[in-house]
Amino acid sequence: MKLAYWMYAGPAHIGTLRIASSFQNVHAIMHAPLGDDYFNVMRSMLERERDYTPVTASIVDRNVLARGSQEKVVDNIVRKDREENPDLIVLTPTCTSSILQEDLENFVSRAQMDAQGDVMLADVNHYRVNELQAADSTLDQIVKFYIQKAKKKGELPAGKTEKPSVNIIGISTLGFHNQHDCIELKRLMADLGIEVNEVIPEGASVHNLKNLPRAWFNLAPYREIGLMTARYLEQELGMPYVDIAPMGVVETARCLRKIQRVINAQGANVDYEEYIDNQTRFVSQAAWFSRSIDCQNLTGKKVVVFGDNTHAAAMTKILAREMGIHVVWAGTYCKYDADWFREQVSEYCDEVLISDDNGEIGDAIARVEPSAIFGTQMERHVGKRLNIPCGVIAAPIHIQNFPIGYKPFLGYEGTNQVADLVYNSFTLGMEDHLLEIFGGHDTKEVIHKGISADSDLNWTKDARAELNKVPGFVRGKVKRNTEKFARDLGLDEITIEVMYAAKEAVGA
Amino acid sequence: MTVAQAQPEALNFECETGNYHTFCPISCVSWLYQKIEDSFFLVIGTKTCGYFLQNAMGVMIFAEPRYAMAELEEGDISAQLNDYSELKRLCLQIKRDRNPSVIVWIGTCTTEIIKMDLEGLAPKLEAEIGIPIVVARANGLDYAFTQGEDTVLAAMAARCPKNVEKEEEKEERNAIQKLLSFGKKKEEVAAEESEYADHPPLVLFGSMPDPVVTQLTLELKKHGIKVSGWLPAKRYTELPILEEGYYVCGVNPFLSRTATTLMRRRKCKLIGAPFPIGPDGTRAWIEKICSVFGIEPKGLEERERQIWESVEDYLQLIRGKSVFFMGDNLLEISQARFLIRCGMTVQEIGIPYMDKRYQGAELALLEKTCKEMGAPIPKIIEKPDNYNQIQRIYELQPDLVITGMAHANPLEARGINTKWSVEFTFAQIHGFTNTRDMLELVTRPLRRNSSLKDLGWDKLVKEEAKV
Repeated sequence: MKLAYWMYAGPAHIGTLRIASSFQNVHAIMHAPLGDDYFNVMRSMLERERDYTPVTASIVDRNVLARGSQEKVVDNIVRKDREENPDLIVLTPTCTSSILQEDLENFVSRAQMDAQGDVMLADVNHYRVNELQAADSTLDQIVKFYIQKAKKKGELPAGKTEKPSVNIIGISTLGFHNQHDCIELKRLMADLGIEVNEVIPEGASVHNLKNLPRAWFNLAPYREIGLMTARYLEQELGMPYVDIAPMGVVETARCLRKIQRVINAQGANVDYEEYIDNQTRFVSQAAWFSRSIDCQNLTGKKVVVFGDNTHAAAMTKILAREMGIHVVWAGTYCKYDADWFREQVSEYCDEVLISDDNGEIGDAIARVEPSAIFGTQMERHVGKRLNIPCGVIAAPIHIQNFPIGYKPFLGYEGTNQVADLVYNSFTLGMEDHLLEIFGGHDTKEVIHKGISADSDLNWTKDARAELNKVPGFVRGKVKRNTEKFARDLGLDEITIEVMYAAKEAVGA
Repeated sequence: MTVAQAQPEALNFECETGNYHTFCPISCVSWLYQKIEDSFFLVIGTKTCGYFLQNAMGVMIFAEPRYAMAELEEGDISAQLNDYSELKRLCLQIKRDRNPSVIVWIGTCTTEIIKMDLEGLAPKLEAEIGIPIVVARANGLDYAFTQGEDTVLAAMAARCPKNVEKEEEKEERNAIQKLLSFGKKKEEVAAEESEYADHPPLVLFGSMPDPVVTQLTLELKKHGIKVSGWLPAKRYTELPILEEGYYVCGVNPFLSRTATTLMRRRKCKLIGAPFPIGPDGTRAWIEKICSVFGIEPKGLEERERQIWESVEDYLQLIRGKSVFFMGDNLLEISQARFLIRCGMTVQEIGIPYMDKRYQGAELALLEKTCKEMGAPIPKIIEKPDNYNQIQRIYELQPDLVITGMAHANPLEARGINTKWSVEFTFAQIHGFTNTRDMLELVTRPLRRNSSLKDLGWDKLVKEEAKV
């Protein structure tokens, strides 16, 4: 048992659901107790999704506990198949069903007999993998399933597209700025004269998975999701892949050079050097920003970085290599892939921190007192408490991290966004210090010169106590409205009764 | 639309498949830890439970909450680790860091399935570490959303003291009385005592924000009824005294286990009343309590009328409109009854679980309200099926759907007004005083959408592919 207040990566089924609901016309059925379909709320809230989340639960209740699911799961799969005609139904186990040890595989094969669409069981162990690992393996599982199926039917297309082309692998629902990154990557590919063959899983149809082999190579920009699939496609079909996240000016160039090598090896004969140079010096503002005097002021400032592997590693490199900022420590919560992280960042920071314990990370921040933090929502709140500004660079995230405006982290536009994020975090910090030195924007007298500063009305002790229970941000309004109400009635004392009468009468 | 249609028969109950969306009952820790200030809630479950709480509670999580997960690992599931020593280790850590007056263990689906004997372990550990441990099995196998509070309060009911010998301690315990007589001298308090009618002790149950506790207590005081205590109180150490023959009354519709426990285990007498939601409900609630004590209520009718008058601006917005409850928090019957009184038509009342005995008086008032308003009697659907409900919503095209967040945005995108049901659980909706607040919530989507109406954007999905 572990005492936990907060977790960075969710449970395994969330990963499976993220993949399933990213595809078009794929439905996930969770084998779960009532209330475990919270994923639907998150997707509907955070992504402001217009469509119903294609996830339902086959409810595990007392009866299931006593007698087993029996026909229930099969019936629910067949019913959903009839109602929505999905191409694929993914039966998703949860922590509850893992310990029930029902033969879900058997339910799947039985349901498959009556269902028009395909049915599969997501193969994830709840007690061994987290959200990210499960997402990676579910995507791999679905791709494998359809590649094998096409192979068996002899439907696997032979040959490559005429022009160089790419599959972008790993864009998913509830991923940090994934939608924007996807658009940016497509633009980047268009600039390079590379066709986008397929994007998976986001918006993809399972029918198109058999077309994956037509691409010249795969691009898996995120370390956490998609790499397994890329490796499988390399093994099975000999497709090369590029797994360098194009985040930051240097890494984007490195990614493009790798792409160049990969497609030239297949006879493309392209040279991206001029493009990289032009983008770096004149299109992206980030290289110029690093040179400008603004960025000079940031030299040697202490920061800490924490997040998932992809973002924390890229951010550390950007801060240290491209902006001359001192990264005191960089950390990741992807413990299962810690070696990769260490190898990526160790030359760019003083210390590497591998942990998924938010208390430990909070302490590490307090210990080094950085000028800025780049982390998740949790670090943002640590920053609030310690009065240190924080830029959010990775999940877990809140609704404000699903902006409507265009805010990629990848590609050349991404470098601009990151530069803004870094710069804004620091200026806020500087401004804060200056305000502290000079005693704030305004003097305190001015702030408190409200309407009710010295009222002639007498609040009884208990009314005053009651008033203090009103949340701070509306207390002033309640006080003013109550006093106005009392004055209008010619009362000179405010009791609890008067307070509530005011609330009833004028909504105070 | 409200003009008398075929005069309704009796209430009509149906039961569907139970495939509906609601919150897990462990969500009750989010409001109970705030209510009971000296408590600590330990949820014994998996990452799934933790993830739900973390996301459902949003920003509260960052405020050093007095709750935590005891996250079960593989070794716990396969019994390689000893439950008792594991729990002891965590509870000692909690005692050291927070020193609470009570630790509440919330049992979850996993502890049910692996049959972890929390009720058996608690008394032993309690004796060993010297902090009361209350066990509530608020899991998704058995309960929905607000029923979580019910399981906690039912467990707390067993901890209410029988009687207290020392007079000072009695005073100490009686937080509400203390609050009301704040700063008054002893003689004044004695004088005030005489304002109350002579009636047996009354204890109310249901967790309410403190302002609502004060409001309802004052409301009863106007009729000479003294509230001797409230389950739960502000602090665990202030749990009310419960003796055989005390009267108890619920303030929320989802507290049936607590009511049963109070009657059977504590030998209290339950006043079965409608719930004080809406001015009609509040009046009926007070009237019922008065009638049990043989008190003639004073000026209640006038008070209700004044409240209705003060919210006429809101009523104009909803009168004649239709509403559909998908059902997820058990407040639905009371809310539907209130909205019918406001002049709305209710097309369907979805509800997770329907205790016809505990909610008997509320159901009767619903029926009566329908008759008096000439409104059709709504169907009550227990354990609804969300998929079927959505088909019915498309068919009926209600003016307002009260639903969970999973369906709210998709329905809005299809031009159907929605109100997120969870807000009613967290907003102050009880008593005369909060009528305006509740109507503010109900009318908000209608007010917002009427200001957007002329833009011609009400349907924001491309085509309705299915259904």
